Amino acid sequence: MSSLGFEQFPDYQVPGVSHADFSPYESNGGSIVAIAGEDFVVIAADTRLSSGYNIHTRTQSKLFPLSNKTVLASTGCWCDTLSLTGLMKVRMQSYEHTHLKTMTTDAVAQMLSITMYNRRFFPYYVSNILAGIDKDGKGVVFSYDPIGHCERATYRAGGTAGSLLQPVLDNQIGYKNMNLNGEEPPVLTKERAVAVASDTFISAAERDIYTGDSVLINIITADGIETKELQLRQD
Amino acid sequence: MLNNYNSMAQPLWQNGPTPGAFYNFTGGQQQTQKLPKELTTAGPFGTKRSTSSITTGSSVLGIRYDGGVMIAADTLVSYGSLARYQNIDRVFPINKSIILGGGGDFADIQSIKRTIDQKMIEDQCYADGISMKPKALSSWLTRVLYNRRSRMNPLYIDVVVGGIEQDGTPFLANVDLRGRAHEDYVVATGFARHLALPLVRERKPKDRDFTAEEASELIRKCMEVLYYRDTRNMAQYTVGVCNATGTTIDGPCKVSENWSFAATIKGY
Repeated sequence: MSSLGFEQFPDYQVPGVSHADFSPYESNGGSIVAIAGEDFVVIAADTRLSSGYNIHTRTQSKLFPLSNKTVLASTGCWCDTLSLTGLMKVRMQSYEHTHLKTMTTDAVAQMLSITMYNRRFFPYYVSNILAGIDKDGKGVVFSYDPIGHCERATYRAGGTAGSLLQPVLDNQIGYKNMNLNGEEPPVLTKERAVAVASDTFISAAERDIYTGDSVLINIITADGIETKELQLRQD
Repeated sequence: MLNNYNSMAQPLWQNGPTPGAFYNFTGGQQQTQKLPKELTTAGPFGTKRSTSSITTGSSVLGIRYDGGVMIAADTLVSYGSLARYQNIDRVFPINKSIILGGGGDFADIQSIKRTIDQKMIEDQCYADGISMKPKALSSWLTRVLYNRRSRMNPLYIDVVVGGIEQDGTPFLANVDLRGRAHEDYVVATGFARHLALPLVRERKPKDRDFTAEEASELIRKCMEVLYYRDTRNMAQYTVGVCNATGTTIDGPCKVSENWSFAATIKGY
């Protein structure tokens, strides 16, 4: 036994020696996709909330509208998502009362980065994508890592099937490494953005057990937010 | 000085300035920190935290129907594999529009229940006719439980909150020990998550909510299944009901046991 090192430790508890048992984190699954166009942005998330092989609910929205021009999609550890989005909503309201105007999408993007970095050494275990219309009326997507690194993009996938969805978007939206015979890639329409976003989720639901049930799609334009729902496989 | 390491420990990110304030350089006035008691009082082996639950309640099952909610739990509180306390209600009426079912460590359930009861008394003292609603209580519970998990000192509980909102719509939610919360027409904790959830989901009509009769029958059936397959379950349970007329706790009800099939089971 001593060769295994068992006898080096007494049976009773010793100061300074702790055993890890409670984990504050848990992965509750879910995937998110956002695609920006010239004057619109499409953001979508599935509605399954699970941990391990349990599906807690099939109807959990992971899209959080922060203003009529900005929507935040958040997955990962659901209790962190609830805390983070709750804090974001409070700060949005506080800004509105202080400055008598709604935060712009760019300002929300910066605030989200700071809010997440504030927990640098005990991070929110979440995958965030922020979509909205910017100051110039253009569609924008911001994506984040769990400690608050922020990157502006035109399309992004995140969550448990993020690595499955992103290559599809690179091909279908980004036209990466494609021979277009010297022509410009076609301008993205709202319909095509919704269609590609829907298709990525249908594909992801085939391979990712944490993605499924249904997709909620928000189409943000200068006129407001339009909502759509699409059924996915429920197994 | 065995415990010096402990009294020196400062939680990460709490000794910096608050956003917009100035940093306190050393040599200046030291601000006294207000840390929670469980982090500042050290025992002989450092700061102690509960690492697991001791006396436990098993499953809780909640079903939302067109006019209210029902929450059921058996009356057993176990001590490991010992069926220690056999006649304890785990479904509580909170006020006239909230019921709460608790699973997990029963001491932690009692502790949070005392705090909630005190909140209800404060609520009544305003005498303004306004009482807390289930959505507010579940939101409050997420904050308490999330704070405790963030201090790595969780309350080992898994609760089901149900009731009637201000506008008369029924509400049912589950909050776990990390502060994860979700609403649905059926929520369950413990073994009921595996055994009862699928049974209830299977019988859910697509185009409408359950009726009170359907919900009641499903509760009866599910508690029977749980009794047969969950070894930490008992043949006795209580059902909390919250509808437009108020909250009641029915029971204790008996599971209709039938072991005549037992003799036919062979091969184990």
